Amino acid sequence: MSAKRTFETLPRSGGGTGPSRPTLVTNERPIPPTGHVERNPGMPLDLDVVRSIRVNRSAVERRAATLPTRRTVKKEWQAAWLLRAITLMDLTTLSGDDTPGNVRRLCAKARRPVRQDILEALGAQDLGIRVGAVCVYHGLVPTAVDALRGSDIPVAAVSTGFPAGLSPFEQRLEEIHASVAAGAREIDIVITRAHVLTGNWSALYDEVKAFREACGDAHMKSILATGELATLTNVARASVVAMQAGSDFIKTSTGKEGVNATLPFGIVMTRMIREYFEATGYAVGFKPAGGIRTAKQSLEFLFLMKEELGRRWLEPDLFRFGASSLLTDIERQLEHFVTGRYAAAHRHPMP
Amino acid sequence: MTSVAEIFQTMDYGPAPESDKDANGWLTLHDRAFGHYINGEWTAPLDTFEVINPATKKVIARVSQGTTSDVNAAVAAAKAALPAWRALPGHARARWLYALARELQRNARLFAVIESMDNGKSIRETRDIDIPLVARHFYHHAGWAQLAATEFEGYTAVGVVGQIIPWNFPLLMLAWKVAPALAAGNTVIMKPAEFTPLTALLFAEICEKAGLPPGVLNIITGDGETGKAMVDHPDIDKIAFTGSTEVGRAIRKATAGSGKKLSLELGGKSPFIVYEDADLDSVVEGVVDAIWFNQGQVCCAGSRLLVQEGVADKLIAKLRARMETLRIGSPLDKAVDMGAIVAPVQLERIQQLVQQGQDEGATMWQPSWACPTDGYFYPPTLFTEVQPSSTIAQVEIFGPVMVTMTFRTPEESVALANNTPYGLAASIWTENINLALDIAPKIKSGVVWINATNLFDASAGFGGYRESGFGREGGREGMFEYLVPAWEREQGSAQRNGKHAAAKVAKKREARTTTGSPSDMPSLDRTPKLFIGGKQARPDSGYARKVFGADGAFIGEVGEGNRKDIRNAVEAAHAASKGWSKATGHARAQILYYIAENLSARRDEFAQRITSLSGASSRDALREVDASISRLFTYGAWADKYDGAVHNVPIRGVALAMNEPIGVMGLACPDEAPLLGFISLVAPAIAMGNTVVAIPSEQWPLAATDFYSVLDTSDLPGGVINIVTGPREALARVLAEHDDVEGIWYFGPQSGVKDVELASAVNMKRTWASKHARDWTDAAQGEGREFLREATQVKNIWVPYGE
Repeated sequence: MSAKRTFETLPRSGGGTGPSRPTLVTNERPIPPTGHVERNPGMPLDLDVVRSIRVNRSAVERRAATLPTRRTVKKEWQAAWLLRAITLMDLTTLSGDDTPGNVRRLCAKARRPVRQDILEALGAQDLGIRVGAVCVYHGLVPTAVDALRGSDIPVAAVSTGFPAGLSPFEQRLEEIHASVAAGAREIDIVITRAHVLTGNWSALYDEVKAFREACGDAHMKSILATGELATLTNVARASVVAMQAGSDFIKTSTGKEGVNATLPFGIVMTRMIREYFEATGYAVGFKPAGGIRTAKQSLEFLFLMKEELGRRWLEPDLFRFGASSLLTDIERQLEHFVTGRYAAAHRHPMP
Repeated sequence: MTSVAEIFQTMDYGPAPESDKDANGWLTLHDRAFGHYINGEWTAPLDTFEVINPATKKVIARVSQGTTSDVNAAVAAAKAALPAWRALPGHARARWLYALARELQRNARLFAVIESMDNGKSIRETRDIDIPLVARHFYHHAGWAQLAATEFEGYTAVGVVGQIIPWNFPLLMLAWKVAPALAAGNTVIMKPAEFTPLTALLFAEICEKAGLPPGVLNIITGDGETGKAMVDHPDIDKIAFTGSTEVGRAIRKATAGSGKKLSLELGGKSPFIVYEDADLDSVVEGVVDAIWFNQGQVCCAGSRLLVQEGVADKLIAKLRARMETLRIGSPLDKAVDMGAIVAPVQLERIQQLVQQGQDEGATMWQPSWACPTDGYFYPPTLFTEVQPSSTIAQVEIFGPVMVTMTFRTPEESVALANNTPYGLAASIWTENINLALDIAPKIKSGVVWINATNLFDASAGFGGYRESGFGREGGREGMFEYLVPAWEREQGSAQRNGKHAAAKVAKKREARTTTGSPSDMPSLDRTPKLFIGGKQARPDSGYARKVFGADGAFIGEVGEGNRKDIRNAVEAAHAASKGWSKATGHARAQILYYIAENLSARRDEFAQRITSLSGASSRDALREVDASISRLFTYGAWADKYDGAVHNVPIRGVALAMNEPIGVMGLACPDEAPLLGFISLVAPAIAMGNTVVAIPSEQWPLAATDFYSVLDTSDLPGGVINIVTGPREALARVLAEHDDVEGIWYFGPQSGVKDVELASAVNMKRTWASKHARDWTDAAQGEGREFLREATQVKNIWVPYGE
């Protein structure tokens, strides 16, 4: 990609103070700094890069099929990985019947996602286990902000005419402004799928870039709605355009499409994140969302991140799950690890 | 103990061991010592040797060294069981195979764990790849057993089959061999590799449990000496071998002239070709599956990475990064990518070749992490700056070592890909279907995977070209390896009853009276020369040989061909091969029909010639000419109809089984039926796109030399058929030894069969030297699919699709 930057030498552990630049070690993948990652400022649209992308679906699906069979974690490792999954979760409710009541309940769960006795049994009571964010519609942002006050858990708002993204452009921009003003620190925008399906990459770029500007300091996750993009090559190209336009995260789905977060989508998007990082030095995050309901699925996505992007992408600034019922399944697995007995959902406080 | 809190920070993978409890329980039950499984019974462990787990270097069992008397006992048992087994209705054999498949699945995990302990390969591979494929093979072949009577009508089981398999896929190779053999009605003596005998023994147990009739399957453990006893055994009708080209060659030599049917699946140095428009990230995973699958101990491993120059640096960087994330360790750990090398001897070979590669100037790269030291481990290794002349670019390493070369153009990629004595498999990576389907047929290999690698299925044949062996395993083509035409067996039993069919044919001929010269005029002197490259050529020797008729009368002279004439003819055949092999079936048919038409115009003349040569009555001679014309029509008909198949493989995609010509073939024609015998060999060979060097009937070559004037007038491109007259045995030997001749058919005296088969081992060319005399006028024996199969080799091209 044209905005290639030169890499500096690898800082020793810790990364010092302040934002540091990514680093390149000879013959190894460059890795982002341990500490604060500089936001992706985007770059001019580079159509040469976009159009040269090729994705072989069958090969990607083979990789997806074997990834969960090549990696597994057991016992303490599984418990630790599941705790990690919780901290990477955007605990989400996006229903037409959301009310302040159920959102407050969700926020309370976000603060204390795992029963204290289980945390103590795991020796994890001091790890500060809490979810990555709470994700709601604009109308419930104030409720969530209020309910999470003091917890440092950010509120994410889905925006820009979620889920279809077809409301008037000015209204979509205004929606971002309104959510940011209401206290949302993260904005999950949706792209216009038509731009992808018609190959109108410059329109997609302009749209996402405008959204990013509207977000200001709020971090922007670009939802590609991969299940509606027809091909994996389209998913890859849309990923790259969204990153060139300045996305902080790229996200698979709204959860409302027929097909949502799958490993093949995850493979394609993480590979594009890697390409973008290697070309520009900016680390972009990934958020699979929709359909991730089981602890096992969450582990598969963690394996994907670790394998394709490395350990650094297992932190909440670079990886999130969008999930609603996932947490309960993880709690049950943790309890099983602690007690050796299979657990029941009703014994865990509902979100 | 690592705490949850610590792991939460490191996010390391922990141990994820698969339990070896049941496997050890099974071994303990047998006191970790095994005998052979012969005639449905277990022999006591005797003269045992150690079986080592290569990941721990610990002895896990002892198995018996099979002796000649063990082999004799097993062969006797198999022979005794054969008549009943072969006579079973297909449905009954289908039930047995189905039962074995079910039994395998019920014990799937036990097989997987034992396989991993025995071989050192990861439990992921044995659990997800080896064992499911094994079950799949038995199910698939239960189906062939069910359909055998209708789908292989006119064919029958070969008989007693000896099977020798390697250590890299112990149970899978057993399945590839045992399933088709039993489905076709053969009885089997199977010898697993000495490093990895355990799953075969467990398999014998499930056969016993399933109640398979005694003697149908016998398992003998042991080393190469045991295998040799099998290869040399006179009552074994077929040897099926998978292993090194070196041993395969020795088996070819040992069985030469014995009449044993042979299939060999040998080594490879398979190309993995990456074009600039490929999905490079997927290519990286493809390389992982190609050369780091089973630690690279895979005969069809893509071990030569050929990359288009413009994307080479990018791909290498990606590969190195990926290699860093590969995990190597205890094969029973469910989260490792690579396990152990099978044995120290193999590890030493890998180390030695890697050292040699560096010594010869190639750049070696390995990931920064270290291998465990408690077993025989070797890290994934990538060579760059490799030239085709490097040792590591030529020899099969059989380890996790990839060598990289670059190319500039698709044409150059094909040249590099084919620049090897092997021809087992190839992998082609491009998003351009035009390129992929253009390249696939140009690669000399039995299997081609497009944008994929190491895909296997029971429905698609697997096997090589060139020194990677011959014969196919899997699919319809694989079944034919375990079948023979039924008439051959009938003739075989007739022979045993003292009624030698060939003698009968000859006697019939003798009884015929000759009618004398058809013309009283002195014949005009004709000087038949050799026919090379579409031109008449004087023999290099400058000598002629006299030809006498059956009645002893001098008829004429033909050129005395020698090795230089063969050399010239092979060169001419190669020159013609490129165009002829690509000519459409329709175009080849047109020429065959035209030859028939021109022969028909000279029907009487040829009949007279036959009469003067063989002494056949004019009626019989006319019949031979007419049969020859009909035969040319038969293959004209077949030329555009011997279609391949689209296999129903379990992927979203197709496996295209293409019948490809073998290339340049040598044909040693029978003495009897001087015209028909010649045409019966030449016509199917050229119909399928081969170019040929034919040695006509040594005794009566003039019918063939007359024939080249027919060819001259039939638009046949020069060099497609070359005719060299002379001493058949000596000339056939030159052809059999020729490294650039890819197949040879020999229909001469039995004494010559051995010479040809022996000599063919130099480049492992396909030989077809029928031990049975044929009645060339009988269509069942003299023409048809058997000839077409022998004139072609099947290439399976796997094409996954989906955007």
